[in-house]
Amino acid sequence: MASELKANKVHEPLFHLAKRDNMPRHKALLIRIASIAVGFVFICVFAFLIVGWNPADILSTMLDGSFGTPNRRWDLFEKTAILLCISVAVTPAFRMRFWNIGAEGQTLISCLAAASCMKLIGTRVPNPLLLLIMLGAAVLAGAIWAVIPAIFKAFWNTNETLFTLMMNYVATQVTSYFVYIWSVPRGSGHVGVINSDSRAGWIVSGQYPYLLNILIVIVMTITTYIYLNYCKQGYEISVVGESENTARYIGINVKIVIIRTMLISGALCGLAGFLIVAGADHTIIANSVGGQGFTAIMVSWLGKFNPLIMSFFAFLLSFLGKGAKEITTLTGLDSAFADIITGFVIFCIIGCEFFIHYSIRFRRKEDKA
Amino acid sequence: MIIFAFIRRACMQGVPLLYGSTGEIITEKSGHLNLGIPGIMYMGAIGGIIGGFFFEQTGADFSLWYIKLLAVLIALTTSLLFSCLMGLIYCFLTVTLRANQNVTGLALTTFGVGVGNFFGGSLIKISKADVPTVTLTKTSSCFATHLPFVDKVSQLAEEGRCPMVVSEICSTLFSYSFLAYLSIIIALIASHILMKTRVGLTLRAVGENPATADAAGINVNRYKYISTCIGSMIAGLGGLYYIMDYATGVWSNNGFGDRGWLSVALVIFSLWNPSLAIIGSFLFGGLYIVHNYIPNLTMQAQELFKMSPYIMTLLVLIFVSIKQKKEALPPAHLGQNYFREER
Amino acid sequence: MSEPTAASVSETQASVTDNTPVIPAIELRNITKTFGDVVANSGINLSVYRGEILSILGENGSGKTTLMNMISGIYYPDNGHILINGEEVMIRSPKDAFRYRIGMIHQHFKLIDVFTATENIVLGLNDGKYDLDAYEKRVREICDRYGFLLDPRKKIYDMSVSEKQTVEIIKVLFRGADILILDEPTAVLTPQETTRLFDVLRNMKKDGKSIIIITHKLHEVLSLSDRVSVLCKGRYIGTVKTAETNESQLTEMMVGEKVDLNIHRSEPVNTEVRLKVEGLNCKNPDGIPVLKDVSFEAKCGEILGIAGIAGSGQRELLEAIAGLQKLDSGAITYIHPDDGGTEDLRNKSPKQIRELGVRLSFVPEDRLGMGLVGNMGIIDNMMLRSYRKGHGLFLNRSTPSSLAEQIISELQVVTPNAKTPVRRLSGGNVQKVLVGREIAAAPTVLMAAYPVRGLDINSSYLIYNLLNEQKEKGVSVIFVGEDLDVLIELCDRIMVLSSGQVSGIVDPKATPTRANTMKEEIGLLMTSKVANPSENHKEEQHG
Repeated sequence: MASELKANKVHEPLFHLAKRDNMPRHKALLIRIASIAVGFVFICVFAFLIVGWNPADILSTMLDGSFGTPNRRWDLFEKTAILLCISVAVTPAFRMRFWNIGAEGQTLISCLAAASCMKLIGTRVPNPLLLLIMLGAAVLAGAIWAVIPAIFKAFWNTNETLFTLMMNYVATQVTSYFVYIWSVPRGSGHVGVINSDSRAGWIVSGQYPYLLNILIVIVMTITTYIYLNYCKQGYEISVVGESENTARYIGINVKIVIIRTMLISGALCGLAGFLIVAGADHTIIANSVGGQGFTAIMVSWLGKFNPLIMSFFAFLLSFLGKGAKEITTLTGLDSAFADIITGFVIFCIIGCEFFIHYSIRFRRKEDKA
Repeated sequence: MIIFAFIRRACMQGVPLLYGSTGEIITEKSGHLNLGIPGIMYMGAIGGIIGGFFFEQTGADFSLWYIKLLAVLIALTTSLLFSCLMGLIYCFLTVTLRANQNVTGLALTTFGVGVGNFFGGSLIKISKADVPTVTLTKTSSCFATHLPFVDKVSQLAEEGRCPMVVSEICSTLFSYSFLAYLSIIIALIASHILMKTRVGLTLRAVGENPATADAAGINVNRYKYISTCIGSMIAGLGGLYYIMDYATGVWSNNGFGDRGWLSVALVIFSLWNPSLAIIGSFLFGGLYIVHNYIPNLTMQAQELFKMSPYIMTLLVLIFVSIKQKKEALPPAHLGQNYFREER
Repeated sequence: MSEPTAASVSETQASVTDNTPVIPAIELRNITKTFGDVVANSGINLSVYRGEILSILGENGSGKTTLMNMISGIYYPDNGHILINGEEVMIRSPKDAFRYRIGMIHQHFKLIDVFTATENIVLGLNDGKYDLDAYEKRVREICDRYGFLLDPRKKIYDMSVSEKQTVEIIKVLFRGADILILDEPTAVLTPQETTRLFDVLRNMKKDGKSIIIITHKLHEVLSLSDRVSVLCKGRYIGTVKTAETNESQLTEMMVGEKVDLNIHRSEPVNTEVRLKVEGLNCKNPDGIPVLKDVSFEAKCGEILGIAGIAGSGQRELLEAIAGLQKLDSGAITYIHPDDGGTEDLRNKSPKQIRELGVRLSFVPEDRLGMGLVGNMGIIDNMMLRSYRKGHGLFLNRSTPSSLAEQIISELQVVTPNAKTPVRRLSGGNVQKVLVGREIAAAPTVLMAAYPVRGLDINSSYLIYNLLNEQKEKGVSVIFVGEDLDVLIELCDRIMVLSSGQVSGIVDPKATPTRANTMKEEIGLLMTSKVANPSENHKEEQHG
């Protein structure tokens, strides 16, 4: 009778999806590597269609654009460092499942804070002190920008994604406002290089242009990694993120953890803003962060909220950017080429997670079993 | 009379926002926060540009009425195709593969803006066309065609045969292109469908509680796909309107600016109601350009004025969450993917 | 076998009305369902006629809900036949069930908060024009016909639990259901609301509907139903006519034979009061009282059992003691073992309680949602209790790590290693980790809610032994259980909760006073209505 009943099952779908979480690490890694490879296949096909180059030429041009000269290498590492810095900064909040997509604004407002110290204090204090003041101002600005949505989330459960998104544009306009005030010549909308003669408020790394920036980011990444994985507060963040019920059960005050974590997240964005202004740009424009706040969210997610894995993805995306730039320079195409190929790779990596977390079971097999 | 000029400019600014937010509302009602809207609007714009560009390159005679119609249809079709493709990518990743919506959306924006700027900047080079810039004046003029009697009335007014106010009112109401009126019609239809039809009820149920909808025998994924793709296509029209009408067919990189994010803001501001978005879009459009109409305003103060739409949106968001008025809150499952076996 | 269309269904019904009483509206023959190794239902036979109310009675885990889920198309039976109006049918999905005019009202409502009652009722329907006014009219008609009190335009979020339940019932009637299944409908209702629901159900019965009601409240069974079918541990015990039975017969059928489990129980020594609970009252988020005037004492060196049907306030009671539940009134006093000093634990957070030096351990019912973090390994889960120890900023993982290893080896936890996320472990191993951690905190009071639920025999005995060990060490153990055999053999005293009230405290070692066995006596206490003057008064007013 049982078999007769089963034979009559019709409307069943051909396959069904089941969650799985037991895929061996090496297999998962293999899938991820394969997905990046598929992304590169997309890049090659696209580039072939547009410029008619073969894949070998495309890849070698990209490698040359990233590593060809010492300057290119420094530039690549500097870009990686800034992107990594912002990515690490958003991570504590993400571990708490607080979807902060306001890193762009938090970083920009810190850029503004740092630049304003540079502009207004200038040579009146010794350079190391000025740098410290700039750092302090940037960190404070980032933290304030981040804690506002956190307070509303903690007390009124205001949607943090939408809130932080809006804060980005408030930051952009505030920055634009000051850019116009400080613009040289007046009304031009360009601040120009600040303190280009005195170099007050510049991080100077001697003969290696960005060495200090990179070192600071390395230290910050490792510190955050340790904070998240080996500190009591980092542990509390994980518990709140996993289950608010468990957090209550062991007596964690969830509201305080949300606010504290966003303060830290914003402060780290502040550090990134400081590095952008003092360590690289020495100026401020409304586009100082250049969308890296958004890219960083993707990096953090791709890196599974682990600062060490993130450094790989920050590097990969910076490499794609530099490599694409080289292709477009040589062919005279638009530099937005970089965004397209970045998109290809990210789509592939995002999509591949599905095959790691779900298994597709075909009905027929099950019936036989 | 400057007030009429201001209203006209505000409305023209508002149209892309209205398209963007109507599209995003339809998508969000299915429970998917599509942060790819800015990218999709770029795609809609470049889609229209590419279609129109190649059509103009054929050297068709634009004095013929059916060629004009064809030009509009081709640009419209390519634009819709491009934005629909973006919607499909988003759906495939978030609905079928259940990827994180925020990350997918942001990647989609990077990609869409990239595609827009890349083809906008390199179209001539790629197609080896013999023109200096991507300027679709002819196609644009087809899109920008407005009702003929408006010109007649203003002519009459200039000749003193009818009061100036009548002419101004007439042109404030009727001087826009068909895409502008279409945006309002689409928003009204969307509003009607969402609130007054079975399809709307079902769609809202999917966004509020997919498990309940599933239990009621609704194909949740199909609704998510269809609403996201239709939403994307509507948003793409916003890009098309901007480039063909507002920007008179001239592509400039990043010219579209942050209007995509402004559309997302408008969704919150209008409390997920497309009819309110009509009013909101013209309000936002007005706020976006009001600085041009205030005498003696410094450049820096103009920037502060541009901030006002976002501030207003934030205030609405805060107010609504404190009030906890359920109808005004985002769809309950916004941003969460649905997997039946995960309870 | 052909699938009857709607027309043929009504035809068959017509013939049934003509020749009553012959063919049951729905009949189950020899239904069996297994999940893996667990037999949820074996050889169940049931039948319900038109215009009849059938109660299905059974303790938690007796397979009632599984059985009903098979009728409503959520599960598919492994074996057996389902007959509707005498014709064999196959119900593969809820849609099929609708087609056979079967409607189920689940315990957990599936409603959309921001929709009105009517919108929820018509959701997913596809019957021509979408006209809310017309729908509303039809909803009103149904309300009038059966005596529901419902405003069709009211939003769900403004509704009380009983109104939500009304919406669910009307949803089913709106789709033309003739067979209604209600899964423990009174669990969430006040006595007045229950009375009203029963009136409505009687009206439906008069209208010719067949109603199946799942419950474990005896007085409801007796007052409402025509016949009662009893399940026990997945088996079908029998069906009796309500008019020909009484509470004690039903209890006997429901609890089954006494099973000897041979759980070791030592005599309590040096008992003294460790925890004193007086007059606890609290409400759930819907504002319904879940604990009513609960008072008891827990002594060291004994296991206090708490018996009761699910949802009688067990969870709230333990959470109140653990500092997770806000109280309306009452006192919780802890008496220190060393000096006899007292601490008031009322409305203190778990952290504050620990800072008072009260060593209170709690094994919650929701193991992976509250007691443990599923995505963390055993070591990190060990830290949940102890991570705050020490002054530094850093976590001390070495102590939890050795504790994890100790628990893994002593309790024989099967796991690849101590870092494997606990969500991947089997239920028994998860529980070993949780209980192991709570015991390792050297508690003076140990509370465990359903600690053996879903565990195999060996793991269950291991947990019993652990609890006994704690008791012998002088810990005051509070054990919330559902299996009466276990409670009787393990505990030194058993407090019975019924609808949030203490209906009695029995000594399982004593010979029962009445003719009933101990098991029946507890069973009766579990389902009895505790006299409560204020409520009786209200009911009188209502009636």
